[in-house]
Amino acid sequence: MTLLEVFQSLEEMWIGEAIRTSYWLFPFIEAIHLVGLALLGGTVLVVDLRLLGLALRSRAASQVLLNARPYFVLAVVTMFATGIPLALSEMIKLYYNFSWWVKITALPLAILFTFFVRNPIVLRERASNPSLAVLGLVSIVLWFTVAGAGRWIGFS
Amino acid sequence: MSLRWFADWLDTHAWSTALHESLYMYPYIETTHVLALTLFVGTLAIVDLRMLGFAYRTTPISTISQSVLPWTVVGFVIMFVTGLLLFYAIPVRTYHSVWFRIKVIMIVLAAINATHYHYRISKNRILWDNAPRPPRSVRMTAAASLFLWVVVIFSGRMIAYNWFDCDRPQPDWVITLAGCVIDEVASL
Repeated sequence: MTLLEVFQSLEEMWIGEAIRTSYWLFPFIEAIHLVGLALLGGTVLVVDLRLLGLALRSRAASQVLLNARPYFVLAVVTMFATGIPLALSEMIKLYYNFSWWVKITALPLAILFTFFVRNPIVLRERASNPSLAVLGLVSIVLWFTVAGAGRWIGFS
Repeated sequence: MSLRWFADWLDTHAWSTALHESLYMYPYIETTHVLALTLFVGTLAIVDLRMLGFAYRTTPISTISQSVLPWTVVGFVIMFVTGLLLFYAIPVRTYHSVWFRIKVIMIVLAAINATHYHYRISKNRILWDNAPRPPRSVRMTAAASLFLWVVVIFSGRMIAYNWFDCDRPQPDWVITLAGCVIDEVASL
């Protein structure tokens, strides 16, 4: 079974079929995906701007992170819950879509970096450490690559 | 007298057509508009969550506002400028878009809500600045802010779809809401 055939059978699943045959389901799920993007961006940026020393400098970076984290997780869950059905409705288009491959490559990197690199280091750090800025920068680049490539799926 | 003449006038601009038909410029502006949601609505959500008592409960509201809201403003400026350009590229259709009209009304309501908070509710902020869970009036204005901006995102996304466009057969209520010009509808 080739990868294209896997994508084809994914597209043929009932969920993709239901979205394709509906007039409003795709736009509706897409709009929720955008609301999720806003929350994801806010919860990522508030921590990264703190690490860059550009916001909430009077607060410990770990505190900024701990408060944003539940809503970051909520946003990630929302993005998967809406993004997967959207993808299932057009798997063959995505197979030939370069932007989607960029997004789907950057996404696991962004998630792994956030949960296994940035967050553990920030939570362990007692005093503010200027070198944490690098973590903020990498996080912003990774997440904005995901978001930008995601938007570009519709153009390419 | 409607604002249609203004949309028509914009539509005569060569740059409006050039932007609409450009291979990369329009998508770049659109992408910037969407990515700026993270900066604008995203950081605003952080402030609203604090005002609702859902996050940063041990941080004074004034600390969060003073430090985070400047980024919200940057996001808003980016959204507004790119939004104007997107309107400029497709003025007449957007002017008649039911979704665009809903979006503008919601933005006006959000602006009224923000002004009301700034000039009325926050007057006695000293009393609840440190409160983990601020008074009801404060939480209400934060909830209204979140709700209104979510509706703005929804209606903004829907502008791209042509369900209610004037150049397709529409029921009377759509023609009224969209302000379709009857002569143009009849000529279809």
